[in-house]
Amino acid sequence: MGDSYQLVIIGAGPGGLCAATTAANLGLDVTVLDEQPSPGGQIYRGISNTPDDRLALLGADYQHGADLVEAFSASKANYWPQTNVWSLNSRRQIGILRHGQASIIQAERVIVASGAMERPVPFLGWTLPGVMYAGAAQILLKTAGVVPANGTVIAGTGPLPLLVAWQYLRAGVSVKAVLEFSPRSNLWRAAPHLPKALVAGDYISRGLKYTLDLNKGGVPIYYGISGLQAQGHDRIEAVEYGWDTLGSSRRETIVTNSLLVHFGVIPRINLTKSAGCHHIWDRGQQCWRPQVDKWGNTNVPGIAVVGDSAGIGGARSAEHSGRLAALEVARSLHTIDTQQRDLQGQEDLKWIGKDLRVRPFLEALYRLPDSLLVPPDDKTLVCRCEEISAGQIRQAVREGHADPDRVKFYLRCGMGPCQGRQCAPAVAQIVAAENLRPVSDYTTFRVRPPIRPLSIAQLANLGRAEE
Amino acid sequence: MFKRTSELNNNTVTVNIEGEDFQVPVGETVAATVLVHNLGYTRTSPISGAPRAPLCMMGVCFECLMEIDGLPNIQACQVQVAEGMKIRRQQGVGGEDG
Repeated sequence: MGDSYQLVIIGAGPGGLCAATTAANLGLDVTVLDEQPSPGGQIYRGISNTPDDRLALLGADYQHGADLVEAFSASKANYWPQTNVWSLNSRRQIGILRHGQASIIQAERVIVASGAMERPVPFLGWTLPGVMYAGAAQILLKTAGVVPANGTVIAGTGPLPLLVAWQYLRAGVSVKAVLEFSPRSNLWRAAPHLPKALVAGDYISRGLKYTLDLNKGGVPIYYGISGLQAQGHDRIEAVEYGWDTLGSSRRETIVTNSLLVHFGVIPRINLTKSAGCHHIWDRGQQCWRPQVDKWGNTNVPGIAVVGDSAGIGGARSAEHSGRLAALEVARSLHTIDTQQRDLQGQEDLKWIGKDLRVRPFLEALYRLPDSLLVPPDDKTLVCRCEEISAGQIRQAVREGHADPDRVKFYLRCGMGPCQGRQCAPAVAQIVAAENLRPVSDYTTFRVRPPIRPLSIAQLANLGRAEE
Repeated sequence: MFKRTSELNNNTVTVNIEGEDFQVPVGETVAATVLVHNLGYTRTSPISGAPRAPLCMMGVCFECLMEIDGLPNIQACQVQVAEGMKIRRQQGVGGEDG
């Protein structure tokens, strides 16, 4: 076995940064593993190197990330950038890939802060070049000031499509349309949660501001959209969608060589699944997440999960949950006692409680209909890597391959380079729908190390690193 | 098709994309660079041969696998450009068998 570390934090977004800063300032020995070249995670990606004009364009929320990075850099936490984690087990052994060298390190305590990813929603034509996630496009804007050259269409649900459209408006990028896929009936389901949501901060007023600015800027926003399709041969040439008004439905087409899609975010659970953490189906968030207590503890001793990787709460809640988990680690290592933990965590618990009050409203407003979760068209490619269609998966279930893992063994669905990250949710949904059972009766694919591809040479050199 | 919002300054490196040299900003990811240089697609599917391009930009979709400095299966969204870097599309599984 390789070197041993007291506290290893996986991820350097708001959750990881705040956990690391808090723990290091309490005197713990902290090592932060980050896939990215600089701290900030996806939400504050590239924050340390963003030129001033781009910072202004991205808005005050993004600039807040600089404060977190500054506090982190001032702490004694060790930072390992461009370090991939390919394994985590219940004994807190972590397989890492750093400077091209694979090794395994031992941690006394682990805080997983690997964040969220955009929810993969398969639709016809989603593999065509020119189709990209809207969050991905935002990463291009944050890190490189790169934007669609000939305009774009933004389609999906949730606050992010609005935010990206608003940022593009300010950057002078033509947004041909924003297509909102939340069913209109969601409004009624969300309305009762509005009073509480208004207490949570300025989430609602910011959403309204973006919408008003987009209206003023001449960007059309269409509501009640369904039936998304990307059309083209070697790349996207047009986007087609259905528009239901007063009982009549019609198809519309917009010519575009760029389509940005976003259907909310879901926790990245590959690491916590491979570590044996217990996961549950979250009905509000429509995704699986690890089960944690208010300090981030999982059922696996010594492994905590914070921020969006423990369930979607957003960047501000991630900061507080990161601090709480760090306090709990310090308590478990006897650096502070229970009383000190509770006292120092008091404010964070209060803030989290307040901040999360917006969630029931957002979850109801942007709740995905079954037609997005379960790809309706048999021809839709669900597994992009192995090119397995929804029809093939349905057929497999009908032949008796009745759970996601059996579908995987039978069809190789989820066995390509992304290892099921892009197809696992939809496969579970299709299996559940075919079996006429709720999706909570199932779990997504079993995850085994290495959870990201390693070359044979890297694995072969593993032993040498330990000598 | 993508473009940069700001002009190139002096802080650039030279990379070679499919045989052609380009000046590109220091710190940019290979995925961002090839999107700006309108490569169209970055890899072909090993199953059908269909063209694919970057999707997630955060390392979870593996659609941006390219051959960088002769090594196949490199996630272009996770690697920053470097002086003299040779960037090629990945055909199928890449490498000798590609």
